[in-house]
Amino acid sequence: MLGFVARRLTYLVPVLLAVSLLTFLIASLLPGDLAYVILGDQATPDKVEALRHDMGLDQPLLIRYVGWLGHILQGDFGRSFRTGQTVLQAVAERLPVSFELMILAELAGLLIGVPLAIVCAARSGGAFDRFVTSSAFGMLSVPTFLSAILLIYLFAVELRLLPATGYVPFAEDPLGNLRFMALPALTLGFAEWPGIMRVLRSDMIATLQEDFIALARAKGLKPSRILFVHALKPSSLTLVTVTGINIGRLMGGAVIVESIFALPGIGRLLVGAIYTRDLVILQGVVLLVATGFVIMNFIVDMLYAVLDPRIRHGHA
Amino acid sequence: MTGRALLSVEDVAVDLPTARGNLRAVDHVDLALAPGRTLGIVGESGCGKTMLSRAILQLLPKQAKLAGRVMFDGQNLARCDEPALRKLRARSLAVVFQDPMTSLNPVLTIGTQLIETLQEHLALDLGAARKRSAELLAAVGIPAPEQRLAQYPHQLSGGMRQRVAIAIALSCEPRLLIADEPTTALDVTIQAQILDLLAREQRRRHMAMILITHDLGVVAGRTDEVAVMYAGRVVERAPTQALFKRMQMPYTEALLGAIPKLDAAPHAPLPAISGRPPDPTRPLAGCAFAPRCRYADGHCASAKPPLSAAETPAHHYACFHPLRLAEGAGA
Repeated sequence: MLGFVARRLTYLVPVLLAVSLLTFLIASLLPGDLAYVILGDQATPDKVEALRHDMGLDQPLLIRYVGWLGHILQGDFGRSFRTGQTVLQAVAERLPVSFELMILAELAGLLIGVPLAIVCAARSGGAFDRFVTSSAFGMLSVPTFLSAILLIYLFAVELRLLPATGYVPFAEDPLGNLRFMALPALTLGFAEWPGIMRVLRSDMIATLQEDFIALARAKGLKPSRILFVHALKPSSLTLVTVTGINIGRLMGGAVIVESIFALPGIGRLLVGAIYTRDLVILQGVVLLVATGFVIMNFIVDMLYAVLDPRIRHGHA
Repeated sequence: MTGRALLSVEDVAVDLPTARGNLRAVDHVDLALAPGRTLGIVGESGCGKTMLSRAILQLLPKQAKLAGRVMFDGQNLARCDEPALRKLRARSLAVVFQDPMTSLNPVLTIGTQLIETLQEHLALDLGAARKRSAELLAAVGIPAPEQRLAQYPHQLSGGMRQRVAIAIALSCEPRLLIADEPTTALDVTIQAQILDLLAREQRRRHMAMILITHDLGVVAGRTDEVAVMYAGRVVERAPTQALFKRMQMPYTEALLGAIPKLDAAPHAPLPAISGRPPDPTRPLAGCAFAPRCRYADGHCASAKPPLSAAETPAHHYACFHPLRLAEGAGA
């Protein structure tokens, strides 16, 4: 198992290098010169030239990349020329918000999607299955901004149960925090469950055709044990992948949802950085998020091994 | 067939709806098996022998339609509801499938798969169930059974896996064991070991057994009675010795002829039955074997031969031109 982890970890190095290069290039290739942005109205050709030299912008791209990477490897992601805040500070401030949202959203998606998938697979082709499958299809095509507005209308405007916007940290007021988080998490969860449901349902249906399920039935096991113990685990590999990718995607902050519900998360930081052309923040955040995504996929690989002993023992 | 039957299959038919139309997988089969006896069901792939076993076990695919009665110890299994069937499974009716690679759950340990069966049916606590599981593994010839309990199926060889599957089947002392091609997926060298193990346990436990195979050689020394199936029907049924002494049905003869011989000349072509079985979604009017049969005539193509009694007792066959009239054949 240790060898397996080490092997997978070495795969991460080239991937992370490629990620850093792409991040650097995207920010560097954006139109507009950082020196002009910083100087704004006071930009004279001399001042621009001087600033470009100070910041090393007159160096070749490759040299700048290596220098940037060198700083990053020492933990220096740079600092915003607007707020003076370092990238790490800015991210650390907002990460808990996005992280909590991501966990709650995925939890909501799983809580809705997994039970529905199991019931549908057990009675595939039945009325309930057809109803759920077609609603899932419908839900997949509802954009988050629409479901956000509908949820706000229902829970905040009509029922007045939950606040529409705002945020308090969990440490200050746990209950208040959850109340603020409920609608955004639900909005994202609504977008997540159809994918979760469809993937798990079809894998379960395939697993239920297996010989080992026939044998489990021949052994006289209870249907619940057959579904949850014999069928669910071998069916959940794709589900784990999908959940991992979802989490990775949400790690970048749910840009739209954070904006609608005014949550101070990574997504809002990113949008702000784009609007203000705060390239240092933009680069740093994108790199951190992409790294998080890669690490999340690494964790998914590890989870495969936990779920399937054949992968653990290097057979598959 | 002596004594009261433990299992009697009465006029069982299985229909499977397919995209190409209705497929009659099992076509009105009658069989009976007394307690402690062994029945071999022989036929080539697609002849309905597996569907028949699934019909007996009530493990047919959801869309399959079952007609007829499956009487087990006085109850019609086809009419039992799920909870009643669950009580019978493992304790009365057990099964060993063809491929132990796919019939054991790959993500559960061997211990879990044995213990769950024991705990479902017998009032055993975990410790007792573990102990009993290890004993079962030892009984089917698995060395170091205690360690095996913690292993997963893929960590065992094919033969060992099939032994585990047999241990699971035997775990609750069933009265009837159905072994569906239990050696087809295994190495030739292992096949005899597994068959001998099944035969030994069958005698020791005085359990009835149905041995399903495509190999007449497998049933020869190991069964009391043999039923030969073709295209969903039983075409010949006889006590094993009588069958090999005086087989009546040209198909049985052809099946026996298809077994490769050790003393055949090197590079001699393998004997095979020419042609292929009829499309089961397009049933023939006459004998299903007629197109491949060297004795067939016009009568065979237009009328289905009924399963009728031969001169020797308990011997039945469905053929208009039985071999003893053609004579000169045999292995």
